[in-house]
Amino acid sequence: MTAETLIASLQLSVPELILAIGALVLLMVGVFSSERSASTVTGLSVAVLIIAGLWLVLKIGNGEAYAGAFLSDPFAKFMKVLALIGSITVMVMTVGHARSAQIDRFEFPVLLLLATLGMLLMISANDLISLYLSLELQSLSLYVVAAINRDSIRSTEAGLKYFVLGALSSGMLLYGMSLVYGFTGHTGFEEIAAALTAEGRSLGLIFGLVFILAGLAFKISAVPFHMWTPDVYEGAPTPVTAFFAGAPKVAAMAMLVRIVIDAFEPVVADWQQIVVFISIASMLLGSFAAIGQRNIKRLMAYSSIGHMGYALVGLAAGSMAGVRGVILYMLIYMVMTLGTFACILAMRRRDGEHVEGIDDLAGLSQTNPFMATVLTILMFSLAGIPPLAGFFAKYFVFVAAIEAQLYALAIIGVLASVVGAYYYLRVIKVMWFDEAKGEFARTAGELRLVFGLSGLFVLGYVLIGGPLGNAAEAAARTFF
Amino acid sequence: MTDWPVLSAVTFMPLVGVLLLLLTREDSAYGRRNILNVSLLTTIFTFLVSLYVWYQFDPSNPGFQMVEKHGWLGTGISYHLGIDGISVLFLPLTALLMPFCVLASWVTIEKRLKEYMIAFLILETLMLGVFVSLDIVLFYVFFEAGLIPMFIIIGVWGGRDRVYASYKFFLYTLLGSVLMLLAIMAMYWQAGTTDITELLKYNFPREMQTWLWLAFFASFAVKMPMWPVHTWLPDAHVQAPTAGSVILAGILLKLGGYGFLRFSLPMFPLASDFFAPLVYTLSIIAIIYTSLVAMMQTDIKKLIAYSSVAHMGYVTMGTFAANIQGVQGAIFQMLSHGIVSGALFLCVGVVYDRLHTREIAAYGGLVNNMPKYAVAFMVFTMANVGLPGTSGFVGEVLTLVGAFRANTWVALFATTGVILSAAYALWLYRRVIFGALEKESLKALLDLSTREKVILYPLVILTIFFGVYPAPVFDATAASVDLLVNNYAAALQAAQDVALSVQ
Repeated sequence: MTAETLIASLQLSVPELILAIGALVLLMVGVFSSERSASTVTGLSVAVLIIAGLWLVLKIGNGEAYAGAFLSDPFAKFMKVLALIGSITVMVMTVGHARSAQIDRFEFPVLLLLATLGMLLMISANDLISLYLSLELQSLSLYVVAAINRDSIRSTEAGLKYFVLGALSSGMLLYGMSLVYGFTGHTGFEEIAAALTAEGRSLGLIFGLVFILAGLAFKISAVPFHMWTPDVYEGAPTPVTAFFAGAPKVAAMAMLVRIVIDAFEPVVADWQQIVVFISIASMLLGSFAAIGQRNIKRLMAYSSIGHMGYALVGLAAGSMAGVRGVILYMLIYMVMTLGTFACILAMRRRDGEHVEGIDDLAGLSQTNPFMATVLTILMFSLAGIPPLAGFFAKYFVFVAAIEAQLYALAIIGVLASVVGAYYYLRVIKVMWFDEAKGEFARTAGELRLVFGLSGLFVLGYVLIGGPLGNAAEAAARTFF
Repeated sequence: MTDWPVLSAVTFMPLVGVLLLLLTREDSAYGRRNILNVSLLTTIFTFLVSLYVWYQFDPSNPGFQMVEKHGWLGTGISYHLGIDGISVLFLPLTALLMPFCVLASWVTIEKRLKEYMIAFLILETLMLGVFVSLDIVLFYVFFEAGLIPMFIIIGVWGGRDRVYASYKFFLYTLLGSVLMLLAIMAMYWQAGTTDITELLKYNFPREMQTWLWLAFFASFAVKMPMWPVHTWLPDAHVQAPTAGSVILAGILLKLGGYGFLRFSLPMFPLASDFFAPLVYTLSIIAIIYTSLVAMMQTDIKKLIAYSSVAHMGYVTMGTFAANIQGVQGAIFQMLSHGIVSGALFLCVGVVYDRLHTREIAAYGGLVNNMPKYAVAFMVFTMANVGLPGTSGFVGEVLTLVGAFRANTWVALFATTGVILSAAYALWLYRRVIFGALEKESLKALLDLSTREKVILYPLVILTIFFGVYPAPVFDATAASVDLLVNNYAAALQAAQDVALSVQ
């Protein structure tokens, strides 16, 4: 590697470098300052993320870096912006809650920064090795974050569970990668695709593909690798759960899209049937298993499993319309999820106790009409009722599935969405039809800001959907 | 023609009222008054604009008028509005019923009046939007979104079993509609557009028409509702507050019939022809069976709900007879039923407000102390039966003539429904109004208040006016119905020619 290519590579990865250096510097700040440095570090982390985001939007062009291991293209840019927005939002939401959730340690924002760095690298990964390394950077940070409340048994259990199962999935991913490398002789995505086109597929390669998809399905919590999700969502401190539900899902989905559309493009028929199965299983399980839930965080866990299923409907189509659908789906899903978790964070009794039961929302429309209205809008949107954003998310993935003639997938999908509507309606029913049991404490300003903006986005999607759709289309065109 | 977007104006005008309502407070009698006035003025003003639309409408032009078109979400979805003879009259109907709903809720809604009015105004926008949409995705958005406010209205302000009724309403209609959504997507890929005007010109292959027709049928049959998917309606009606029932019976049920006329018949003529016997059968079962069920009800609202199902049977029958009389009759029947069933629910609301029961057995002899109420109720009962001179007669007789031309047996069975409807409606009237005034609880009831007179008398006048002089309706619809029926016949003829030439 000559000096020029190195400099060009560094220039393309400036946002990642900002995050890496920022995380290290903030770690030092945290270590060498007094006890109560958590809020300072959190504030500085948000600043670092914003700088990285601005740099990404304003200064970064398209191109390859580090000898093809790192790729910057419109798709990567779009998904990275999403991931950064997700991270920034969660950091903002934790400001007022760090103490009561027992996560007021400076390590928390630093770990989130490192996880975000991992996500950005994942999204840009164009090589099996860089993909694995970035994925592990993200995952290891998340394992620690899940268990950050060391005094809580549930939190440590969640962290441990997540770690053990995550390690297993990483093992599967690695095994699959080694098979793919063994049968094609390459680790770069383009080279793998070229080798597949030239030599055709072999049985060993299909095994590798299956293992890779299994490993990635774990990261997006798709059935049948979803078992960790409800327990980790419930056990982890709520701000951490909010983080898990948003940005990492976006990054993992972006990685999945890139690997199947880029590297395994020549064997579409092989991965398509796997994705179709995962998608159907996730949609059905997400709909039916959520019905019996009483804890809203567990409910959101099953909801996110279901939503990953819907997003995969677009991927299963394997067309440009499909990828466009996936991109829009992840955007809208993330906004809805963050808004919902902001509402969950606001579920705090007057005496400071956090509650997580769906029944605790009873009569919210009378005690806190603003939050109830926003949460209602978000629930209808998650259920996919027009004219809210969630409907258009579903519309664009199903329209792609119909184009690809995946009729069974589409029909099962929409029927599952009707079942899913049932449990979202239950949340609405509790808020509007039931009598109030007790009031929540005054909602913190930053939470109101987050769920207010989220509700506004979901409601106003009919107005801003055109430009967003065009941006997603430009991002999707990367692959076609 | 006007150069300002009159259809957007009429559609979104209720939202202006919503914005004003958001600024009001409910905590005093004065605030309550403000909320009611704002809602009433908004709905009246919307009604006036809808009348202006009707006035501006050129009945000699069978195509779409007052068209507005803007790019919207990309991928072919556009914001495209317009009206033709089939849709134009549903605007004044919707806008007409809304002020009555506000008046009917004047004193009866005691809690959360502000949210109630906001829900109703949003619902009005969505219903108007359905009728003016010329893009099929836009249509679906308006069509489906109406579930949200109605779910809240039934669930929050409804009766004892409101939660069950609201869930059933929501999930039933959603289940029907999602299949239509898939059909819409399939049409988009087949024809490459979601524009209704273009889809109307597109010839879908016969095989595909069958599936698309079934998917649309799943949605509209539930909405209509047709037997055997009508079971959500009695529950929803009984539990909903009076104004909710009025909207449900008066307008939401018409969305299904409108859908058949806008999509099923003109876009899938071959499938419509193929499935017409199925629709006839279901319509006849609806007419006869639900009339019999209605006869055995002990709850006034439930009885009227079942009679609505029966009357919608005439609409589907007339629609799929697919001749001028049938289609004209179906449109007229929908408009007339909108006024009459809405008025009947308002009548029930009048006595419900006084006695807080809907049991038929709790009433009797009301004619003695509520003569004005008895007269109004009689006019609507007669219109419900289809007595000549009321608006109910015109629609029923036209659909029957249409059905007779298409299939004599269908007309024969459907006509028995007229007798049955007379039986249950007159029996209801006898049990509630006539007889001796014996029950203690009824003796103190007062006759119609001024507010109730303002609600019922205009509807009495309209019912009789359109019964005697239905021409304004036919003038507006004739050209578009002609076009629809001719295109339908031409499409069938073309398919037949192809089949013959292949042989």
